[in-house]
Amino acid sequence: MRKVLQKIKLPILALVVALFVSGLLIAFSDPKVLALKGDPLAMLGKALSIAGSAYWALFRGSIYDPQLADTGFFGGLYPLSETIVVSTPLILTGLSVALAFKAGLFNIGAQGQFIVGAIGASYVGFTFELPIVLHALAAIAAAIICAGLYGGFVGLLKARTGAHEVIVTIMLNYVASYFLLWLLSTKAFLREGRMDPIAPEVLESSRLPRLAGQDYRLHAGIFIALLAATAIWWLLNRSTLGFKFRAVGANAKASRTAGISVAKSTTFVMVIAGALAGLGGAVHILGADHALTNEVGGSFGFDAITVALLGRGTPLGTVLAALLFGALRAGGLTMQASTETPLDIVLIIQALVVLFIAAPAVIKAIFRLKSVDEGQAMASKGWNG
Amino acid sequence: MSLELRGITKRFGALTANDSIDLKVESGEIHAILGENGAGKSTLMNIVYGLLAPDEGTISVDNKVLDIQSPLDALAAGIGMVHQHFMLIPVFTVAENIVLGHEQVKGPGFLDLESARREILRVSAEFNFDVDPDALVEDLPVGIQQRVEIIRALIYDAKVLILDEPTAVLTPQETDELLRNMKKLRDQGTAIVFITHKLREVREAADKITIIRRGKVVGTASPSASQAELATLMVGRPVSLDVDKSAPKLGKVALDVRNLTVRDYTGRALVKGITFSIQDGEILAVAGVQGNGQSELAEAIVGLQEHIEGEITLDGKNLAGASVRTALHSGIAFIPESREEDGLISSFSIEENLILDLHDLLPFSKGAAISQSAVAENGVTRVAEFDIRALSPKDPASSLSGGNKQKVVLARELSRPVRLVVASQPTRGLDVGSIEFVHERIIAERDSGRAVLLFSTELDEVVGLADRIAVMYRGEFIAIVPADTSREELGLLMAGVKK
Repeated sequence: MRKVLQKIKLPILALVVALFVSGLLIAFSDPKVLALKGDPLAMLGKALSIAGSAYWALFRGSIYDPQLADTGFFGGLYPLSETIVVSTPLILTGLSVALAFKAGLFNIGAQGQFIVGAIGASYVGFTFELPIVLHALAAIAAAIICAGLYGGFVGLLKARTGAHEVIVTIMLNYVASYFLLWLLSTKAFLREGRMDPIAPEVLESSRLPRLAGQDYRLHAGIFIALLAATAIWWLLNRSTLGFKFRAVGANAKASRTAGISVAKSTTFVMVIAGALAGLGGAVHILGADHALTNEVGGSFGFDAITVALLGRGTPLGTVLAALLFGALRAGGLTMQASTETPLDIVLIIQALVVLFIAAPAVIKAIFRLKSVDEGQAMASKGWNG
Repeated sequence: MSLELRGITKRFGALTANDSIDLKVESGEIHAILGENGAGKSTLMNIVYGLLAPDEGTISVDNKVLDIQSPLDALAAGIGMVHQHFMLIPVFTVAENIVLGHEQVKGPGFLDLESARREILRVSAEFNFDVDPDALVEDLPVGIQQRVEIIRALIYDAKVLILDEPTAVLTPQETDELLRNMKKLRDQGTAIVFITHKLREVREAADKITIIRRGKVVGTASPSASQAELATLMVGRPVSLDVDKSAPKLGKVALDVRNLTVRDYTGRALVKGITFSIQDGEILAVAGVQGNGQSELAEAIVGLQEHIEGEITLDGKNLAGASVRTALHSGIAFIPESREEDGLISSFSIEENLILDLHDLLPFSKGAAISQSAVAENGVTRVAEFDIRALSPKDPASSLSGGNKQKVVLARELSRPVRLVVASQPTRGLDVGSIEFVHERIIAERDSGRAVLLFSTELDEVVGLADRIAVMYRGEFIAIVPADTSREELGLLMAGVKK
């Protein structure tokens, strides 16, 4: 238990500091607060109430909203359902980045892999007519294969030619987004009677079942994501393949000397990382969005980097971090709607969390901690990882 | 001029690297600081040179207490230091390196190299150093680079010269040359602090000897003390400096290498057409100054080099062009020269390191999974068998001392069925106790009928262990000689001089 506390201390303190700093920002960017600058005490009170109501709105938008509870307790949980819907693909893209990181690779390409997966799932979803369950599985398989190849290509390129995966994945993100844009203008993908880039909805038979009735978007994808997290934990900690991944990630030279093929490890790990991100795309299409648009990627692939970082590269940490980010995203919308605090403040909170984790000395100084364990290495290791 | 240290104490967390050390060095003497790796010698000198701040204690020169905050302060006080790893910029010339940090300008910001060049020539002539101020440092042999460091200290008027393990990188001839120069400097009044763990050199050059063990001064000795006495003081218990071994019982040829050439990626040959063989029960030691192709030869045999020509066979099985995995599973145990970089994964636990090249074989892997119990069991067994000093086999390898890290590598490599042991610099940086252990293991492997290919830059080690000695120079075996060849002859061969 103490060990666990030790491990999560830094991310939690970083979150606390980030919320505090953002609270200052919310309060002191508000004209009503600034108008009181002649009266410090009143100003402080106003600042507290503004920041308080913003965070209350954030909570209402992400976890429980008493105003929606007129149909009973469960009605108030609608925001939680939304949080999980946003978190589900984030868990999978986060795992993609975390796994690659454990193997010594910076997968900046989760975004592109997510899009490629979404394309694959969407195409199988709206084109073929298959029995229920089988259809969903086929769509998911298509996503995994497409995105696995897309990621594996990066690994292969690195293994064969030494091309840096950061450069290659960034470029492949562009390729994926523009390929999607082009695809949505072709006959095969354009929805009949529409001019804007949107594909037909995937057929009912391919959709993931909703878990809490049609009023809630909560879908079975969360189980897929949790299953994937468990599988990745097993892969990393209990399998021979994962041993190779971790060995290469921790010390490629020693691994090579011990007869482990670094090239194979690099290629395999990128295949799996791509497949995970692609699975995220599939789950999002089949569970939440149903139709492919040019906006499908959102920032799932980019937030994944932050999520994996916050989760310290472990599967459990990644799940928790993804839930937090899902909550911030879902709650941010309510915050913007019901107070005058813009959604951008959520992005600032996210950025500050990462900043404080990457610069543990700041947190150490604020809370006078003796030592922060080596988990920080992930953030400060840099490009040559 | 005299340098005096009083009560110097330096702690790194729980470790006390220097424990109230007193030391007095007079001008015109060579004062050797003798101690094992990790005894605190370098820490002490880094404090004197202003690279570390002491927690307690004072440094005084000529009875005046100094406040040394940086190497610039030390230089100003007349203290110069030549580091174990040279602080030179390879792509700069000698003169540019020497003015670094003290650049003089003339006119509107033009670098004045001329006066530095004149100074270098003057000092160089005075001591017969034969250093060209316009040569690029990277083109110079290591021995000359060291002279550049010494010249730098002398030009800035060092009255106390600290030499940190100066002979570690030198050939025996270069070492003799250095010791002669040290004596010359001493005779002109320079105080020299000579840090080393090599007993022979201490006895040859030192006027006074201070012995440090575990951060404390444990005694002084005169140069007339025997090597065994000095070793006992240094280690804290009687040690055997000689390796006990019986005559070899030779078997059939195990490793056979023919016309082996290893190239780097630019196509330059680093190993040039080497031919040799080793029999079962024999140790072939490869002597030579570092950087003459030994590492590449060792790596080529275990499959770590990509561009090779020629034949490598082990028990008649071709290994040229085979993967590392194939080489290891054919029965090669490989002890790489850098245990930190190539031998171990520091962040992995000891038990994981013990299965690094066995993790996907029985009994450690069952299908796709690793058997946790087999790994743990193996960890406990090997830790006991090789006397690895660790709290638990589940601790990270980074928590081990150098000697224990090497034991982990040995334990792993020798736990497979072995036909040939390839050991590169297996005792580099180890303390005397660990060196004894490693030597005993290597002899034990040989006595149980395995072939051993040993690479070492330490002449003592080569002479002590070898059944035959190959001397490597510029990528070639310049000679393969019997084990009883004289040190002088070996030294000459290492310098490329063939009779």
